[in-house]
Amino acid sequence: MPVIDAITDLEALTLTFVTEHDAPVERVWLLWADPRQLERWWGPPGWPATVTEHDFRVGGRVRYHMTGPAGEIAAAWMRITELDAPRHLRVDEGFSHDDGSENPAMPAGECDVRFEQLADGRTRMTVVFSYASRDDLELVVGMGMVEGFSSAAGQIEAVLAG
Amino acid sequence: MVVQLEPLRQAEIDAIFHALADATRRDIVARVIEREQSVSGLAASYAMSFAAVQKHIAVLERASLVVKSQRGRERIVRAEPAAIARARAVLEHYETLWRHRAAAIDAILAEEPEQQGEEHARHRRHHRS
Repeated sequence: MPVIDAITDLEALTLTFVTEHDAPVERVWLLWADPRQLERWWGPPGWPATVTEHDFRVGGRVRYHMTGPAGEIAAAWMRITELDAPRHLRVDEGFSHDDGSENPAMPAGECDVRFEQLADGRTRMTVVFSYASRDDLELVVGMGMVEGFSSAAGQIEAVLAG
Repeated sequence: MVVQLEPLRQAEIDAIFHALADATRRDIVARVIEREQSVSGLAASYAMSFAAVQKHIAVLERASLVVKSQRGRERIVRAEPAAIARARAVLEHYETLWRHRAAAIDAILAEEPEQQGEEHARHRRHHRS
Protein backbone atom coordinates (compact mmCIF):
# COMPACT_ATOMS: atom_id res chain seq x y z
CA MET A 1 0.00 0.00 0.00
CA PRO A 2 1.25 3.48 -0.79
CA VAL A 3 2.08 5.91 1.95
CA ILE A 4 -0.80 8.32 2.25
CA ASP A 5 -1.61 11.45 4.15
CA ALA A 6 -4.96 13.20 4.09
CA ILE A 7 -5.59 16.66 5.50
CA THR A 8 -8.99 18.31 5.66
CA ASP A 9 -8.64 22.02 6.39
CA LEU A 10 -12.09 23.41 7.13
CA GLU A 11 -10.73 26.94 7.50
CA ALA A 12 -8.72 27.04 4.27
CA LEU A 13 -11.50 24.99 2.58
CA THR A 14 -9.06 22.48 1.16
CA LEU A 15 -8.78 18.73 1.03
CA THR A 16 -5.21 17.47 0.58
CA PHE A 17 -4.10 13.95 -0.31
CA VAL A 18 -0.51 12.80 -0.46
CA THR A 19 0.41 9.45 -1.94
CA GLU A 20 3.73 7.85 -2.86
CA HIS A 21 4.21 5.38 -5.65
CA ASP A 22 6.98 3.03 -6.66
CA ALA A 23 7.56 4.51 -10.14
CA PRO A 24 9.40 7.47 -11.68
CA VAL A 25 7.64 10.80 -11.95
CA GLU A 26 7.17 10.52 -15.74
CA ARG A 27 5.29 7.26 -15.26
CA VAL A 28 3.01 8.66 -12.53
CA TRP A 29 2.27 11.68 -14.76
CA LEU A 30 0.80 9.30 -17.36
CA LEU A 31 -1.92 8.29 -14.90
CA TRP A 32 -3.42 11.72 -15.64
CA ALA A 33 -2.09 12.35 -19.14
CA ASP A 34 -3.40 9.07 -20.61
CA PRO A 35 -7.24 9.00 -20.53
CA ARG A 36 -7.30 5.19 -20.60
CA GLN A 37 -5.19 5.14 -17.44
CA LEU A 38 -7.08 8.00 -15.75
CA GLU A 39 -10.39 6.17 -16.06
CA ARG A 40 -8.96 3.09 -14.40
CA TRP A 41 -8.32 4.73 -11.05
CA TRP A 42 -10.47 7.88 -10.80
CA GLY A 43 -13.91 6.42 -10.06
CA PRO A 44 -14.91 5.49 -6.49
CA PRO A 45 -15.53 1.79 -5.75
CA GLY A 46 -18.54 0.64 -7.77
CA TRP A 47 -18.48 3.81 -9.93
CA PRO A 48 -16.06 3.21 -12.83
CA ALA A 49 -15.10 6.34 -14.77
CA THR A 50 -15.29 6.75 -18.55
CA VAL A 51 -13.31 9.64 -20.05
CA THR A 52 -15.13 10.99 -23.10
CA GLU A 53 -12.98 14.04 -23.86
CA HIS A 54 -9.34 14.57 -22.93
CA ASP A 55 -7.74 17.67 -24.38
CA PHE A 56 -4.62 17.61 -22.24
CA ARG A 57 -3.15 21.09 -22.62
CA VAL A 58 -3.66 24.47 -20.94
CA GLY A 59 -7.20 25.63 -21.72
CA GLY A 60 -8.16 22.10 -22.75
CA ARG A 61 -11.08 20.23 -21.25
CA VAL A 62 -11.48 16.77 -19.81
CA ARG A 63 -14.98 15.34 -19.62
CA TYR A 64 -15.87 12.10 -17.91
CA HIS A 65 -18.73 10.29 -16.27
CA MET A 66 -18.96 7.65 -13.62
CA THR A 67 -21.45 4.81 -13.81
CA GLY A 68 -23.08 3.63 -10.59
CA PRO A 69 -24.15 0.12 -9.61
CA ALA A 70 -27.73 0.71 -10.86
CA GLY A 71 -26.58 2.35 -14.09
CA GLU A 72 -26.81 5.91 -12.72
CA ILE A 73 -24.56 8.41 -14.47
CA ALA A 74 -22.61 11.14 -12.67
CA ALA A 75 -20.94 13.42 -15.19
CA ALA A 76 -18.18 15.90 -14.47
CA TRP A 77 -15.60 18.10 -16.18
CA MET A 78 -12.13 19.54 -15.64
CA ARG A 79 -10.47 22.46 -17.41
CA ILE A 80 -6.70 22.54 -17.41
CA THR A 81 -5.34 25.87 -16.14
CA GLU A 82 -1.67 24.99 -15.62
CA LEU A 83 0.41 22.19 -17.04
CA ASP A 84 4.12 21.60 -16.55
CA ALA A 85 4.83 17.97 -17.46
CA PRO A 86 5.68 15.91 -15.46
CA ARG A 87 5.73 18.11 -12.34
CA HIS A 88 2.57 20.17 -12.03
CA LEU A 89 -1.04 20.07 -13.13
CA ARG A 90 -3.82 22.45 -12.12
CA VAL A 91 -7.44 22.17 -13.17
CA ASP A 92 -10.80 23.80 -12.48
CA GLU A 93 -13.41 21.16 -11.99
CA GLY A 94 -17.13 20.77 -11.58
CA PHE A 95 -20.15 18.67 -12.37
CA SER A 96 -22.02 18.33 -15.63
CA HIS A 97 -25.60 17.88 -16.72
CA ASP A 98 -26.48 14.47 -18.14
CA ASP A 99 -25.88 15.80 -21.66
CA GLY A 100 -22.30 16.68 -20.68
CA SER A 101 -22.74 20.47 -20.51
CA GLU A 102 -21.39 22.19 -17.41
CA ASN A 103 -23.79 22.50 -14.49
CA PRO A 104 -23.18 25.88 -12.83
CA ALA A 105 -25.62 25.04 -10.00
CA MET A 106 -23.28 22.38 -8.65
CA PRO A 107 -20.17 23.24 -6.65
CA ALA A 108 -17.00 23.81 -8.61
CA GLY A 109 -13.50 23.89 -7.28
CA GLU A 110 -9.84 23.74 -8.17
CA CYS A 111 -7.53 20.77 -8.06
CA ASP A 112 -3.77 21.26 -7.90
CA VAL A 113 -1.51 18.23 -8.42
CA ARG A 114 2.24 18.17 -7.84
CA PHE A 115 4.57 15.31 -8.71
CA GLU A 116 7.93 15.04 -6.92
CA GLN A 117 10.68 12.58 -7.72
CA LEU A 118 11.97 11.10 -4.46
CA ALA A 119 15.55 9.92 -3.97
CA ASP A 120 14.66 6.22 -4.00
CA GLY A 121 13.03 6.27 -7.44
CA ARG A 122 9.59 6.75 -5.95
CA THR A 123 7.19 9.59 -6.72
CA ARG A 124 5.19 11.68 -4.30
CA MET A 125 1.88 12.99 -5.61
CA THR A 126 0.20 15.83 -3.69
CA VAL A 127 -3.38 16.63 -4.66
CA VAL A 128 -5.07 19.71 -3.19
CA PHE A 129 -8.77 20.38 -3.79
CA SER A 130 -9.88 23.95 -3.00
CA TYR A 131 -13.43 25.21 -2.77
CA ALA A 132 -14.77 28.73 -2.79
CA SER A 133 -17.10 28.29 0.17
CA ARG A 134 -17.72 25.96 3.05
CA ASP A 135 -21.10 25.12 1.52
CA ASP A 136 -19.36 23.84 -1.60
CA LEU A 137 -16.88 21.77 0.41
CA GLU A 138 -19.70 20.31 2.51
CA LEU A 139 -21.74 19.52 -0.54
CA VAL A 140 -18.87 17.79 -2.30
CA VAL A 141 -17.89 15.74 0.73
CA GLY A 142 -21.52 15.14 1.67
CA MET A 143 -22.45 13.96 -1.80
CA GLY A 144 -19.77 11.37 -1.77
CA MET A 145 -20.64 10.33 1.71
CA VAL A 146 -23.51 7.92 1.19
CA GLU A 147 -21.72 5.57 -1.15
CA GLY A 148 -18.55 5.53 0.94
CA PHE A 149 -20.26 5.69 4.28
CA SER A 150 -20.37 2.01 5.21
CA SER A 151 -16.72 1.30 4.55
CA ALA A 152 -15.56 4.55 6.16
CA ALA A 153 -17.82 4.07 9.16
CA GLY A 154 -16.55 0.54 9.68
CA GLN A 155 -13.00 1.81 9.63
CA ILE A 156 -13.80 4.63 12.06
CA GLU A 157 -15.63 2.36 14.49
CA ALA A 158 -12.53 0.19 14.61
CA VAL A 159 -10.35 3.21 15.34
CA LEU A 160 -12.68 4.43 18.09
CA ALA A 161 -12.88 0.97 19.64
CA GLY A 162 -9.09 0.60 19.72
CA MET B 1 -26.06 13.49 -9.40
CA VAL B 2 -24.22 10.69 -7.67
CA VAL B 3 -26.53 10.59 -4.69
CA GLN B 4 -29.03 12.88 -3.02
CA LEU B 5 -28.79 13.04 0.74
CA GLU B 6 -31.93 12.75 2.81
CA PRO B 7 -32.83 16.19 4.24
CA LEU B 8 -32.20 15.03 7.80
CA ARG B 9 -28.79 13.71 7.05
CA GLN B 10 -27.81 16.83 5.09
CA ALA B 11 -28.91 19.00 8.03
CA GLU B 12 -26.89 16.81 10.34
CA ILE B 13 -23.82 17.13 8.11
CA ASP B 14 -24.25 20.91 7.98
CA ALA B 15 -24.40 21.10 11.78
CA ILE B 16 -21.33 18.90 12.14
CA PHE B 17 -19.28 20.89 9.63
CA HIS B 18 -20.33 24.17 11.17
CA ALA B 19 -19.41 22.86 14.62
CA LEU B 20 -16.00 21.56 13.56
CA ALA B 21 -15.04 24.56 11.41
CA ASP B 22 -13.86 26.38 14.54
CA ALA B 23 -10.54 25.67 16.28
CA THR B 24 -11.88 26.21 19.83
CA ARG B 25 -14.76 23.82 19.24
CA ARG B 26 -12.44 21.20 17.79
CA ASP B 27 -10.28 21.59 20.88
CA ILE B 28 -13.30 21.17 23.18
CA VAL B 29 -14.23 17.98 21.33
CA ALA B 30 -10.66 16.68 21.66
CA ARG B 31 -10.68 17.37 25.41
CA VAL B 32 -14.03 15.72 26.13
CA ILE B 33 -13.13 12.67 24.04
CA GLU B 34 -10.18 12.19 26.40
CA ARG B 35 -12.38 12.56 29.48
CA GLU B 36 -15.59 14.36 30.46
CA GLN B 37 -15.18 17.96 31.57
CA SER B 38 -17.21 20.46 33.57
CA VAL B 39 -18.41 23.58 31.76
CA SER B 40 -16.52 25.73 34.27
CA GLY B 41 -13.35 23.65 33.79
CA LEU B 42 -13.57 24.08 30.03
CA ALA B 43 -14.26 27.80 30.37
CA ALA B 44 -11.11 28.21 32.47
CA SER B 45 -9.04 26.59 29.69
CA TYR B 46 -9.64 29.33 27.13
CA ALA B 47 -8.78 33.01 26.97
CA MET B 48 -12.38 34.02 26.34
CA SER B 49 -15.45 34.74 28.39
CA PHE B 50 -17.48 32.03 30.12
CA ALA B 51 -20.43 32.99 27.91
CA ALA B 52 -18.34 32.59 24.75
CA VAL B 53 -17.26 29.08 25.79
CA GLN B 54 -20.87 28.23 26.66
CA LYS B 55 -21.88 29.31 23.17
CA HIS B 56 -19.29 27.01 21.62
CA ILE B 57 -20.55 24.12 23.75
CA ALA B 58 -24.11 24.87 22.64
CA VAL B 59 -23.05 24.67 18.97
CA LEU B 60 -21.43 21.29 19.62
CA GLU B 61 -24.58 20.13 21.44
CA ARG B 62 -26.77 21.09 18.47
CA ALA B 63 -24.52 18.99 16.23
CA SER B 64 -24.89 16.11 18.71
CA LEU B 65 -21.11 15.96 19.09
CA VAL B 66 -21.33 16.43 22.87
CA VAL B 67 -24.04 16.03 25.52
CA LYS B 68 -24.41 18.12 28.65
CA SER B 69 -25.81 16.86 31.95
CA GLN B 70 -26.23 18.21 35.45
CA ARG B 71 -24.19 16.56 38.20
CA GLY B 72 -24.68 18.21 41.59
CA ARG B 73 -23.75 21.83 41.05
CA GLU B 74 -21.63 21.08 37.99
CA ARG B 75 -22.70 20.86 34.40
CA ILE B 76 -20.73 18.07 32.76
CA VAL B 77 -19.87 17.86 29.04
CA ARG B 78 -19.33 14.42 27.53
CA ALA B 79 -18.41 13.33 24.01
CA GLU B 80 -21.13 11.62 22.00
CA PRO B 81 -19.19 8.79 20.34
CA ALA B 82 -21.84 7.89 17.74
CA ALA B 83 -22.04 11.44 16.41
CA ILE B 84 -18.27 11.85 16.48
CA ALA B 85 -17.92 8.61 14.55
CA ARG B 86 -20.41 9.95 11.98
CA ALA B 87 -18.50 13.23 11.79
CA ARG B 88 -15.23 11.43 11.23
CA ALA B 89 -16.87 9.25 8.60
CA VAL B 90 -17.94 12.39 6.75
CA LEU B 91 -14.52 13.97 6.97
CA GLU B 92 -12.69 10.80 6.15
CA HIS B 93 -14.85 9.76 3.24
CA TYR B 94 -12.50 11.42 0.79
CA GLU B 95 -9.53 9.83 2.48
CA THR B 96 -11.16 6.45 1.92
CA LEU B 97 -11.74 7.36 -1.71
CA TRP B 98 -8.05 8.31 -2.10
CA ARG B 99 -6.89 5.13 -0.44
CA HIS B 100 -8.92 3.32 -3.07
CA ARG B 101 -7.47 5.51 -5.83
CA ALA B 102 -3.91 5.04 -4.58
CA ALA B 103 -4.36 1.28 -4.49
CA ALA B 104 -5.80 1.33 -8.03
CA ILE B 105 -2.81 3.41 -9.18
CA ASP B 106 -0.36 0.96 -7.66
CA ALA B 107 -2.14 -1.93 -9.35
CA ILE B 108 -1.70 -0.13 -12.71
CA LEU B 109 1.95 0.65 -12.00
CA ALA B 110 2.64 -2.97 -11.06
CA GLU B 111 1.56 -4.23 -14.49
CA GLU B 112 3.88 -5.06 -17.36
CA PRO B 113 4.29 -2.01 -19.64
CA GLU B 114 2.54 -3.68 -22.58
CA GLN B 115 -0.58 -4.30 -20.50
CA GLN B 116 -1.01 -0.65 -19.57
CA GLY B 117 -3.27 2.00 -21.06
CA GLU B 118 -5.04 1.15 -24.30
CA GLU B 119 -4.65 -2.56 -23.97
CA HIS B 120 -6.54 -2.72 -20.69
CA ALA B 121 -9.15 -0.23 -21.87
CA ARG B 122 -9.98 -2.47 -24.84
CA HIS B 123 -10.24 -5.35 -22.43
CA ARG B 124 -12.70 -3.43 -20.24
CA ARG B 125 -14.78 -2.20 -23.15
CA HIS B 126 -14.99 -5.75 -24.39
CA HIS B 127 -16.34 -6.92 -21.07
CA ARG B 128 -18.86 -4.07 -20.78
CA SER B 129 -20.42 -4.65 -24.16
